Amino acid sequence: MSDALIKHKTTPPGPLEYLRRWPLQVWLGLVAFFLYAPLISLMVFSFNDSRFTTVWRGFTLKYYDKAFHNSSLIEAFGNSLTIAFFSTLISVVLGAMAAIVLWRFRFPGKTAFNAGLAIPIVVPEICMGVGMLVFFAKILPWPQNLTWPFNLGAIIIAHVSFSFPFVAVVVRARLASFNRELEEAAKDLGASEFRTLMDVLVPHIQPSLVAGALLAFTLSLDDFVITFFTAGPDTVTFPVKVYSMVRFSVTPEVNAASTILIIVTVVLTFLALKFQGSSALTAGHDGGAETK
Amino acid sequence: MTHPIISFQNVSKRFGKTTAVDNVSLTINEGEFFSLLGPSGCGKTTLLRMLAGFEMPTEGHILIDGKDVSLTPPNQRPVNMVFQSYAVFPHMTVLDNVAYGLKMDGVPAAERRDRAEEALGLVQLAGYGARKPDQLSGGQRQRVALARALVKKPRVLLLDEPLSALDAKLRDAMRSELTSLQQKVGITFIMVTHDQDEALAMATRCAVMNRGLLQQVATPSDLYEFPNSRFVADFIGSVNMFEGTLDVDEPDHAIIATTEAGPIYLDHGVTGATGTTVWAAVRPEKIEMHKRTDTPPKVDDAPEGYNVIAGTVRHLVYLGSESIYEVEITGGKLIKVVRPNLTRWDQEDFVIGEAVWLSFHACSPAVLLS
Repeated sequence: MSDALIKHKTTPPGPLEYLRRWPLQVWLGLVAFFLYAPLISLMVFSFNDSRFTTVWRGFTLKYYDKAFHNSSLIEAFGNSLTIAFFSTLISVVLGAMAAIVLWRFRFPGKTAFNAGLAIPIVVPEICMGVGMLVFFAKILPWPQNLTWPFNLGAIIIAHVSFSFPFVAVVVRARLASFNRELEEAAKDLGASEFRTLMDVLVPHIQPSLVAGALLAFTLSLDDFVITFFTAGPDTVTFPVKVYSMVRFSVTPEVNAASTILIIVTVVLTFLALKFQGSSALTAGHDGGAETK
Repeated sequence: MTHPIISFQNVSKRFGKTTAVDNVSLTINEGEFFSLLGPSGCGKTTLLRMLAGFEMPTEGHILIDGKDVSLTPPNQRPVNMVFQSYAVFPHMTVLDNVAYGLKMDGVPAAERRDRAEEALGLVQLAGYGARKPDQLSGGQRQRVALARALVKKPRVLLLDEPLSALDAKLRDAMRSELTSLQQKVGITFIMVTHDQDEALAMATRCAVMNRGLLQQVATPSDLYEFPNSRFVADFIGSVNMFEGTLDVDEPDHAIIATTEAGPIYLDHGVTGATGTTVWAAVRPEKIEMHKRTDTPPKVDDAPEGYNVIAGTVRHLVYLGSESIYEVEITGGKLIKVVRPNLTRWDQEDFVIGEAVWLSFHACSPAVLLS
């Protein structure tokens, strides 16, 4: 009896026990290394007591202190968060509406609309950046010296234009699994079109709205190329600011600022998932898979 | 006292070039358990969906309580539906699901709650109100859908293939439960089904549809015993069909000459011209099987030599309560015969390959003109 039990412990890995196969362990290790090692080294060197990032000279927090007292860096960070917030809000609404229209209706030009929606996803960012530059210079000159947050309007518009198609793709994928009878049931029970949308359709696509919002938020927060072409001297965002700092030298101050940005993003993602409850982790999965 | 509650007046529905419902006129009375029966694609679901308001008729009118609702949107009709997939809202609790329709009607929250709980009690789900649909079995989810539709006290309850997603045992239980529920609440039920057993067992009246056309509207027993066409005879239960020409047609008897089964004697007249092609449909349980002897058996209500066929047993299916025999007759046609297993040992004990006589009474065949 006990012999049999001991033998059981040394059975070969089962079909789903991937982690017990060495090639997959190696693969997993490599993926983890290349994904996270740069981030971790960035974080570690933000505590480096040296003007240069490459040599370790001991632990310090002074670059965090410096970063927090760099008013232009703080302003850029605030700009980035503001832009990301508004662009996410608008992108989610627009993207969800576009997805519902494409899923729900047949209309002339639907194929063209569908293809047009994909253009911001596939067009090289640099082209969109130049396009935005020309657009805001010639066609829709954004007034200068507006008060906050209206001075950021041009950048918000630019960010919405490349974020909302991603939201639409995620929401569209989620809509494919919607049971049309739910909609009919709501109407049968006396709900109007609008109530049906809010009571039945929106709850169904909610995980994809959260996934899409996260996607739009991160896309906006770390966008450099398009922002670079649309930002004016008084509307510098965090990535643009970091770039201008790096042009002189990569100081631990840049590392510190970047570390803060990473932590903010991770915390926001964690909060969003926690707020959604565990269902978002599974229910949102089919939508989330589309984001890659 | 029959009061018509629903009336279809020359209703047609076309989707592009296909006609789903073709000039259907039908009246359904208050308190009926009415069933729309037919093979898939016959238009029965389209008819139901037009009643619910999800489709608009291309032609004709639909009246509910004498009011033309042909173009009324679904949220303004006094009918409610139990969907094939049940369509229970997954993100709401059971109680919220049931109360949803009342909420849309602007019923105050407290009354909503009371009525929803009462409806849950009606479908034997009292105490399940706080659960989410994913914590329920398929059968329980269907009860939620039922309660949700009944709580609004509709004039008519529509059921789209209500039993198709349940397993066999639950289906049987649900059949009688739906019937008794209907008697308890007194609401007119209209059920769509492709399963003839279901329709016969539950409905007070059935409409058989085929290719968008209404074939016959009758009580279950009339549909089975007095079908009006080969389609209905074949669709409801199983049947042995003999094609022949009407030879003699007197008020008190008629004779059909068939090549397969010889002359068939009927104890009633047929209103048709002699010489026309007709079909005699005989149900398997109405055929008697005898051991083959030199003299064919005589059927007591027909003259000698009529309604008797010689054959050989080819297949045998033992079903416990009864056995189904397939008997090959001259010309190679297989005749189905059902015999109840009345004793635990069958004295006659027909075996495969045995030569037999088949006979049926003069009152057994249904004569079909189309």
